[in-house]
Amino acid sequence: MSKALLYDATLCIGCKQCEGACAQQNKLPYDDNVAAETVQSAHKYTVVLTKDDKFMRRLCMHCEEPACASVCPVGALHKTSEGPVVYDVWKCIGCRYCMVACAFSQPKYEWGALNPRVRKCIMCPDRVVAGKPTACAEICPTGATKFGDRDDLIREAQERIRQNPSNYVNRIYGMKEVGGTSVLLLSSVKVEEYGFPASARIGDTPMPEYTGRVMERIPDFIPVWTLVLGGIYWVSHRREEVAEAEAEEKNGSAR
Amino acid sequence: MKFKLTFWKIVFLIIMVLGLYSTFVRYFYGLGAVSNMTDQFPWGLWIGFDCLCGVMLAAGGFCMVGAVYLFNVESLHSVVRPAVLTAFLGYVLFIVGLLFDLGRPWFIWHQLIYRNPHSVMFEVGMCVMTYTTVLFFEFLPNVFERFNLKTPIKWIQKVYPILIVLGILLSTLHQSSLGSLYLIMPSKLHPFWYTPALPFFFFGSAVAVGLAMTIFESTQSARAFGRQLELPVLVTLGGALLVALWVNLLLRFEDYYHRGMLAQIFKPSYEAYFLWLELTLTFVIPIGLLSFKKVRLSPNGLYLASVCTVLGFITNRLNIALIGFETYVGHHYMPKWTEFSITLMIIAMGFALFGVAAKYLPIFPEAHHAVKARLRTEPGPVVSTPVLGHAGD
Repeated sequence: MSKALLYDATLCIGCKQCEGACAQQNKLPYDDNVAAETVQSAHKYTVVLTKDDKFMRRLCMHCEEPACASVCPVGALHKTSEGPVVYDVWKCIGCRYCMVACAFSQPKYEWGALNPRVRKCIMCPDRVVAGKPTACAEICPTGATKFGDRDDLIREAQERIRQNPSNYVNRIYGMKEVGGTSVLLLSSVKVEEYGFPASARIGDTPMPEYTGRVMERIPDFIPVWTLVLGGIYWVSHRREEVAEAEAEEKNGSAR
Repeated sequence: MKFKLTFWKIVFLIIMVLGLYSTFVRYFYGLGAVSNMTDQFPWGLWIGFDCLCGVMLAAGGFCMVGAVYLFNVESLHSVVRPAVLTAFLGYVLFIVGLLFDLGRPWFIWHQLIYRNPHSVMFEVGMCVMTYTTVLFFEFLPNVFERFNLKTPIKWIQKVYPILIVLGILLSTLHQSSLGSLYLIMPSKLHPFWYTPALPFFFFGSAVAVGLAMTIFESTQSARAFGRQLELPVLVTLGGALLVALWVNLLLRFEDYYHRGMLAQIFKPSYEAYFLWLELTLTFVIPIGLLSFKKVRLSPNGLYLASVCTVLGFITNRLNIALIGFETYVGHHYMPKWTEFSITLMIIAMGFALFGVAAKYLPIFPEAHHAVKARLRTEPGPVVSTPVLGHAGD
C-alpha cells in the first residue's frame, strides 16, 4: 500500500524541527540563516511558512501521477510503489523540464554548480522502504506531520474535519488535486494563501494526461502520415512518368 | 590572402569575442552565473529563442523539400538547396544551443539509453537527432557535386524518396511536439497562449515561417551574391504564404472563440500588449500587405511581408516561452547580457557557415560559376556575410 504524509496545520507550532531533520537526513547545511529562509531551494527541501499565528509546510507533493516523472526525457524521476517520487541523478541531463512542468514548482536547481542536480524532497525513500516514517514526521513533536498509509490518512483527515468542522477548511488538499498526491494538507485557512496553486486552477486531472492525449496518438500517426506522404510522392511522380511515356508515344507515332 | 576588415567582419569579431567570454563563464561558473534563470524561471532565452525559434526558422527546409519533391512544384527547384542548407545549419546550431542550456550537456547521449517514451522532450530529442541526420544526407549531394563524385550521388538519389518522406514526417512530428511541450502546464502558461491546440499552432506557424524564411533568404542572398532575383519563385511563395497565414489566423480565431477568450484578448493588460504585437506582426501587416496584388508582385513588398511574418512568429514563441509565464511566476525575467551574447554568437555562426557553404558549394547552382569566377579575381566576399539573413540558431 502506498505511503503518504498528512500535515495538519492546526497542530503545527512552527518549531521548524522538520526543516532541521530534513536537512540532516539529506546532508544539507542547516543553521539560523537557513532556518530564516522562507523559500525552498536546492539546499532547503521543505519550509515552514508563518502567517500571523498560523503555519503551513511546503514540500514536494509526491503526486500519484507526477508530471515531473512523465516529462523527464531520460526517466531520471519516478514514482516508487511505496509513494515517494525519487530522482536518479546519474540519468539526468539537466533539461529542467521537470521544474517547468511541476504544478507546485517543487523541483529546484543547483544553479551555481558545474554539474548541477535537481533537488527536491524525495520523501526519505530508504526510510520508507525500511518501514520507518520520514525524518520530518518522526521528529514532529505535535504530530502535525504524520506518516502512514495514504488511505488511512485520508480517513483520519476526514474524521478530524467531521469532529471539528469549525476548525478546518472542508477540504483535504492533495486528495484529488492533479489526480491525488502523497502529501495531504489540512488547515484552517485556504492553503492558496501560502502560495499553493488553487484547486480549481490545477484541477483533478493528472498532469501527464494533458500530454498523454497527444503522445498516445503518435504510434498511429507515424505509419498513417508516412503512407500519406509516400502516396503523394508516388502519385506526383507517377504522373510525371506517365506524361513522359505519353510524350514518347506521341513522338513515336508522329514519326 | 589579404585579410581586410570590413564593418560586418568587425561586428562578427566582437560578437564572437563576447560569445566566447560568455561560453567561458557558462562552463566554468555555471548556469547561475551566466544567465538570469532561477528556480522560478528555469527556462529562459535559450529555450525560447535558440530552441523554439531556431527550429521554427529552419522549417523552410521541409517546406521546400515537400513542395518540390513531394508535390512536384518544379518552379521552386532553385530554392530547395539554400532552404535545406538553412535547415541543416539551423538544426546543428540548435544542438549547439542545447549544449549551453542543458545543465549536464555531457550526458546528452543518455536520451539514447534511458528512454522515456511518455516524455515530449524525448520525442523532440529523438526527432531532432534523426532529422539532423536526414538533413545531413539531403545536404551531402552539394559536397559530392563540388568534388565531382558521381557514384555517391547516385546512391543518395536512390534513397532520396525515403529521405524526403522521412524528413517531412520527422518535421511534422517535432515542429508540433515543441508545442506539445507546453501542454502539461495548463496552470502556469497564460490562457492567451495555453490551448490544447498548441501542437497544431506550432506546426501551422512553422509552415508559414518556412515560406517566409525562403522569401527572405532568397532576397538576401540575391543581394549578397549579386544574383538575379527570381521573381516568379518569390511570387509563388508569396501566394502560398498568404494562404498559410489565413489558415493560421482562422485556427487562432477558432481557438479563442471556442475558449471564450475573444472579449479578453481586447482588454488591455500586460499580456494583451504582447499578444497585440504578435498578432499585428503575424497577421495584420503581412495579410494586409499580401492582399494587394501589387505587393504580391513586388520584391520589396514580398520581402517586407515575409520579414513581418518571421518577426511575428518569433514574438509568438517568446510570448509562449517567457511572457506567458510572468504572471504565474509573479515577476519579470530579463535575460542577462551573457545570455544574449551566446545567442548572438550562435546566430553569427549560422551566418558565417551559410556564407562559407554558399561560397564553396553549389548551393545556388546557376550562380555558382559566377561566384567562382569572382573568387579568382578578388579576395572573396566576407565570410561572415551577415546580410545573408537566415537562420541559424
